[in-house]
Amino acid sequence: MNIDSIQNGIVIDHITAGRGMRLYELLELDRLDCSVAIIKNVNSEKLGKKDIIKIDADIPVNLDVIGYVDPGVTVNTIREGVLVEKRRIEMPETLTNVIFCKNPRCICSTEQELKHVFKLTDRKNKVYRCLYCETKAN
Amino acid sequence: MRHLIDILDFSPAELTALMDTAEDILAAPGKYAETCRGKKLATLFFEPSTRTRLSFEAAMYELGGHVIGFSEAQSSSASKGESVADTAKVISCYADIIAMRHPKEGAPLVAAMNASIPVINAGDGGHNHPTQTLADLFTIRREKGRLDHLTVGLCGDLKFGRTVHSLITALSRYEGLKFVLISPEELKLPSYVKKEVLRAQGIPYVQTTDLEGSLPELDILYMTRVQRERFFNEEDYLRLKDSYILTPEKLRGAKSDLAILHPLPRVNEISVAIDDDPRACYFKQVLYGKYMRMALILMLLKEAGRL
Repeated sequence: MNIDSIQNGIVIDHITAGRGMRLYELLELDRLDCSVAIIKNVNSEKLGKKDIIKIDADIPVNLDVIGYVDPGVTVNTIREGVLVEKRRIEMPETLTNVIFCKNPRCICSTEQELKHVFKLTDRKNKVYRCLYCETKAN
Repeated sequence: MRHLIDILDFSPAELTALMDTAEDILAAPGKYAETCRGKKLATLFFEPSTRTRLSFEAAMYELGGHVIGFSEAQSSSASKGESVADTAKVISCYADIIAMRHPKEGAPLVAAMNASIPVINAGDGGHNHPTQTLADLFTIRREKGRLDHLTVGLCGDLKFGRTVHSLITALSRYEGLKFVLISPEELKLPSYVKKEVLRAQGIPYVQTTDLEGSLPELDILYMTRVQRERFFNEEDYLRLKDSYILTPEKLRGAKSDLAILHPLPRVNEISVAIDDDPRACYFKQVLYGKYMRMALILMLLKEAGRL
């Protein structure tokens, strides 16, 4: 399968196979009017199989979302056909308005203007808890 | 700006300093009678709680300060739809320090993030109640002379009992603790507290449904009430409310220097026949709570540069 290489844009690489669509949705890439390719189940020496997302525009992507969904992903920035930056994305310490607290007893269930903030409380087990009520994210 | 939202906001050294201040106030209250002259405590109680509110008010009056506030959401601007953030900003213009109780978890943290004066969490739903934990710690230190190397039994509603979670978390920072968790199956300590607090730090604990059989090894017995307001289902509450009732007969096997604590209010889980037993510490605990709140108000006002 051929996907054109991009001149100016972002390549999100080393996505765990199967998580590409979730990232596409959470990053709201459907709102872009540039070319976006999701390549699924690509053979990978390191991962066996992986997903890749190619975005044909140099846009800011929410690295917190990427780090939350699939830590270890690589984000490559390409300008004029040259790889100018390669970043391995780790789990972020804080997530703001990425996931939402579902605890009906939490203050953010009644105060609509509050940002939904989650803190990483256990990196090993990838546990995030609501800043306000400490409910664990699902 | 320092606040007290969670008991872990204070280090063990800071807790020791607070308890030392409380001890000093207890020994010579006259020395502190004018310390907060001209200062105002705002008690923002969006949920009724006579005991905690009066404890804060008594604490501020005994420091020579004044109290403003409200005791239920209906008499506050929250009934008009004002946010907690806005309330905190407004009250910051009137008072020097806030004590807030709110039915929603995390509300005092939101207040602290928006206030320009110190905020004390006076209870947020089933989440935290750090000043109760201050009272508990001070009571244990006064009764046992230490906070380490103790076997602590916690009995009753360990699932929804926020005072239990906070006390376990606070005590887990001291050495040589062992916990005996006594509850019906349905009200066991949540697994995240066991995993993230007890097991994570290698603190020994046993879970049991047997109060009487556990009593002989305990240095501290922390009784709790099964709280009607924490249940969505009235049937579950009625089924579990009388699970444990401490009586003089059950106490026969307990140590002579056991300290019995209870965050109060009591319903029927401690027989009134125990009130005269020297091991009953729950009314002293109320008094110690007031002294700890005095020490806390002093510390936060000083750190905020308002004293």
